[in-house]
Amino acid sequence: MTPTTKTTPDTVVEIDRSRDLSQPLEKLAPEERMKFESDYLAGSITTDLIDEITLAVDENNNKLMKFHGIYQQDDRDIRDERRHQKLEPFFTFMLRGRMPGGVCTAEQWLKIDELGRTYGNEQFRLTTRQTFQFHYLNRNALREVMLGLRDVGLDGKAACGDVARTVMSGVHPGLTKLHKQVYEQAQLASDHVIHKTSAYEEIWFGEKPKEPRGENEEPFYGKQYLPRKFKIGFAVPPSNDIDIYSQDLGFVAIASRGKLKGFNVVIGGGMGRADRAPETYPRLGDVIGYIDVDQLQPTLDAVMGVQRDFGDRVTRAHARFKYTIDDKGLDVIKGEIERRLGFELAPAKRFKFDSNGDDLGWRTGDDGLEHLTLFIESGRIIDRGERRLMSGLRAVAEAGLCVFRLTPNQSVILSDVRPEDRPKVEALLAEHGIDNAPKKGRSALRLNSMACVAMPTCGLAMAEAERYLPELITKIEVQLEKHGLTEDPITIRMTGCPNGCARPYIAEIALTGRAPGKYNLYLGAGFHGQRLNKMVRENVGEDVILEVLDETLGAYAKDRKEGERFGDFVVRAGFVAEVKEGRFFND
Amino acid sequence: MTFLFLLLMGGGARHHAGGRTRICQNPIRLPSAASRPSATTGAPPAGRGSPSTSTTLPSSVPVLTPEHLEHVDRLAGSLDRDQAIWLSGYFAGLAGQGAGGAANGAATNGASAGLVEPSPAAAAPATRLLTILFGTDTGNSKELAGELRGAAKAQGIEATVADMADYKPRALKEEQDLLVVTSTHGEGDPPPNALGFFEFLAGRKAPKLAGVRFSVLSLGDSTYEHYCSAGKQIDARLEELGAERIADRVDCDVDYEDDAAAWIADVVAKLTPDEAPATTGAPSAAAVGTAPASGVAPATAHSKKHPFASAVLDNVVLTGRGSSKETRHVELSLEGSGLTYEPGDALGVVPLNDPALVDRLLERTQLSPDAPVTTKQGELPLREALTRTFEITAATPRFLDQWAELSGAKELQALKAGDAKARTAFFREHHVLDFVDRFPVAGIEAEQLVKGLRPLQPRLYSIASSLAAAPDEAHLTVSTVQYDLRDLGRTGVASGHLARLTGEDDTVPVYVQSNEHFRLPADDVPIIMVGAGTGVAPYRAFLQEREARGAAGKSWLVFGERNFRTDFLYQVEWQQLLKDGTLTKLDPVFSRDGATKSYVQHRLREKGAEVWAWLQDGARIYVCGDANAMAPDVHSALAEIAVEHGGLDREAADAHLTELQRDHRYLLDVY
Repeated sequence: MTPTTKTTPDTVVEIDRSRDLSQPLEKLAPEERMKFESDYLAGSITTDLIDEITLAVDENNNKLMKFHGIYQQDDRDIRDERRHQKLEPFFTFMLRGRMPGGVCTAEQWLKIDELGRTYGNEQFRLTTRQTFQFHYLNRNALREVMLGLRDVGLDGKAACGDVARTVMSGVHPGLTKLHKQVYEQAQLASDHVIHKTSAYEEIWFGEKPKEPRGENEEPFYGKQYLPRKFKIGFAVPPSNDIDIYSQDLGFVAIASRGKLKGFNVVIGGGMGRADRAPETYPRLGDVIGYIDVDQLQPTLDAVMGVQRDFGDRVTRAHARFKYTIDDKGLDVIKGEIERRLGFELAPAKRFKFDSNGDDLGWRTGDDGLEHLTLFIESGRIIDRGERRLMSGLRAVAEAGLCVFRLTPNQSVILSDVRPEDRPKVEALLAEHGIDNAPKKGRSALRLNSMACVAMPTCGLAMAEAERYLPELITKIEVQLEKHGLTEDPITIRMTGCPNGCARPYIAEIALTGRAPGKYNLYLGAGFHGQRLNKMVRENVGEDVILEVLDETLGAYAKDRKEGERFGDFVVRAGFVAEVKEGRFFND
Repeated sequence: MTFLFLLLMGGGARHHAGGRTRICQNPIRLPSAASRPSATTGAPPAGRGSPSTSTTLPSSVPVLTPEHLEHVDRLAGSLDRDQAIWLSGYFAGLAGQGAGGAANGAATNGASAGLVEPSPAAAAPATRLLTILFGTDTGNSKELAGELRGAAKAQGIEATVADMADYKPRALKEEQDLLVVTSTHGEGDPPPNALGFFEFLAGRKAPKLAGVRFSVLSLGDSTYEHYCSAGKQIDARLEELGAERIADRVDCDVDYEDDAAAWIADVVAKLTPDEAPATTGAPSAAAVGTAPASGVAPATAHSKKHPFASAVLDNVVLTGRGSSKETRHVELSLEGSGLTYEPGDALGVVPLNDPALVDRLLERTQLSPDAPVTTKQGELPLREALTRTFEITAATPRFLDQWAELSGAKELQALKAGDAKARTAFFREHHVLDFVDRFPVAGIEAEQLVKGLRPLQPRLYSIASSLAAAPDEAHLTVSTVQYDLRDLGRTGVASGHLARLTGEDDTVPVYVQSNEHFRLPADDVPIIMVGAGTGVAPYRAFLQEREARGAAGKSWLVFGERNFRTDFLYQVEWQQLLKDGTLTKLDPVFSRDGATKSYVQHRLREKGAEVWAWLQDGARIYVCGDANAMAPDVHSALAEIAVEHGGLDREAADAHLTELQRDHRYLLDVY
């Protein structure tokens, strides 16, 4: 790889390579050596899986298992209790599948349902990246789950780890023909960027490696893979449901008369940041140009190659693509991408987004089929009391009435339903206590809400999210009612830590956990994810949160302009300063 | 080690253990059991057991000659605590009489024979050899053997005291007078350590014993069908072999003290030649069992009779939520008690009855809590007596007889007259409370209620700590016994009591019960530790000790329980010990996690080659826990390993195991 790039045909700029792949291992973060010495992600996972003394794995294998879609967690509700009991923490594992574009056949749904019931505490969860994950898995059941997924063509490759993550693709129930073309590209992209190591089959299926893993095991990634995770998504305007600006690499579908022509390329988005570390910040992606459909694969290689080669491998907190871009300069990075492509990107095409939420309820697609988007609070598929969501969706799958599509907002679309089958779907849902009139009894705020898992399973969480947000929204709904805003869509997102799994920094109202019951409160993002929000209160409890919201929502109800969004209003009204670039998020 | 406790419910083994009841019974597993001291007439190693035996004499004392000192030293080395206390009182009494000992010729007092150089005129007239043989599990028989020796000595008769576990049975034919004290274990079995002796005695190789005089004191628990069976077997067999019974066998229930003292007085009188009158001012033999003499007991001499009020430092449930059982870790303070122990020893716990059960009894009988009743501790208000002095859980035949009479109930009277099996079955379903419930006695008096009750007994638990790691502390691993009987929840007496001790200022009376049958070998000797459930307790003590000593010997723990998640007792401690190398191998086996039930014996078989290799390297193998199922299964597994990996036939394999046991390389602490 050449260390130089051109920004203009006649200017050659030296790129600083003192912190990247070109450096010897001892100068890099310990994770780099760990990856390098792991024999292409094999580590000693196989040995750890049969350790009888613990139900955990060792630290290195824990990190390597992320590349296989698995996180070690423990039940934090009883962590202290068990310490006193001289028992190790209640270790469980989260396994996240790879599901490009969130498309899931009925057969796959039934297998996921079965595995969740058998091994995952009778539930599973839909994620903010359009895939599914199991929690509460016993380490000794991981192979069974992996084998079960294989039976229906699914895997856990790259659902986590320093590689390209599961590829997202917008779901637009009204534009089904276009969606199908985009989804196809997303799937191709996913298969293209996936890691190739045979360690996966060896560990999880007990297969013998055909030959010792050699230099060509990972033709693209090499032994050290990427500096950090890398997120790719495809949006289908006018919906920005995948939050294209939060992706490391985004493709905005550009179509003409329902036919996919190409993509605008967006680079450098990312949510993660750390509290009290101003050198970390969320960043929105920049649109750098346009490519035709057939240039997709080379573009993936070029963009990811730049990050692979130039990304910071010394400081992991500074390793995402967004920092590479800000460190080197957007122009330099764009130039290097074009150099690798061998051509200059065409100017970006015009496009327009209007929302990043889900279009709930029944819609008829341009293919004449029916699509029902169901609101699933926090994405949790579980039977709870009268609302037997898990059983109901299983019944629909068993009847073979639809294809499932997981949305980036953790909801599910019962897709491709023939018009004559619609009553059957409705009857099955009703039978299981699942109403499909999502707005009934729910504010538009609730329908535009998102929370990460947080307590008790996530090791990073400092405060509740999924278990608490519904309760907080109930309190906010009292204010909405008072101010007459119940029907107004406003996005609200909550995470248990600042890392941003529920993409909080592009929500009009956001809360990130600092300590039990304490959150940072952010306001002012764009409704369809086009502007970052800004922190207005740090480390505060529910009373302060409700007080600030009551004031701003009250003002919004009174003083907003026609069609003005809440996020835009609080900026205009001066409640919060506009964040024009990620670099200035902490100012 | 452990504990005992009286639990009458369906199925399962019971043990008559030297006047205490130990039970392990599914589905409830009790904590580890204490076996007991091999007693010997030799001096115990310094530093062990009671302070009174580890005292070192000064090299010179003004009033004693060097010969005196040598005698006293030898004597002191051979005494257990109670004997020492008794003798301190004896000498005080002697001094108080102004007897002047040898100076005024009172040396005719035979009791002094072993103490001061006897003048020819004062030589004990007894010419026959006396051997006192005891078989014990919890230590009561050993204690009584010591008292018996003291009483005999008081009459000028020297005795050799021997533990059946160490006694060479072929020496039987050399015996002249033989006094036997033994407890009964399990379903009428001998104490585990005495098994070899019993087998020899019952077998064809047992010698003719013409000319031998004998008597047997038999300890047991009358709530069991095979009450005092081990003592009965020996008694019958000795007669069969031609020995002459000089005093009838006495069978003692859990409150054995008075009956035992009477037997001791009786046999000692019958052994004493008529021409040797007992003129000593020392306490009578009958008093020996119940109280120390009038002398000054050392302030630190805490014992079973004078337990130490130990502060509860910590009391946590070890089993995780969702467990099918509750097992606790209880840390007790020994600070200021002067009590010491070695890994392998047990702690005696003197429990209180469940206040809720006491209330229920008071309520059902309509008796005043303040009504005075007679107890061994004198007159006490009824509530206190029921709480502190009587067993009020399981009923006994004596209670049945008493209650049959009081209530006039036909069912009880039929049982009273009926066979033991029916009674045993009835006791399983009826505790004291159930008698009171089902056969109410109108206008009963407090004295009548307690008359059939027996004294509350202490319970023994293996100590799960080492003084090297936890100075001034003793840790216990206690399975809380909980079950329903006749639709009413019941709890174990001691385990329930310990479970309630969660307050900051809670204390519980304790004493140390040494267990010389279950000791660590030299530091470089490999050890294999097999334990199920609370049977893992002494191994925690072993490994703490080995860690503190930096012992180089390999160690291998095979631990069995039900579920990995909740029942992996002391999991993080084992993980740490593995990491630091104190523990070489750990094989945890869980019976309720997989489709197939897997127990410790299965794991031993799976790793048979390795087990055999360790044994060939001189490893000691320890087995602690359930006596009923686990210990025999482990034994079979070891025999199979000897066959498969040692190339022995089955008979040779069994002989090999017997040899290992005799060499103290295969050690059991089961209950």
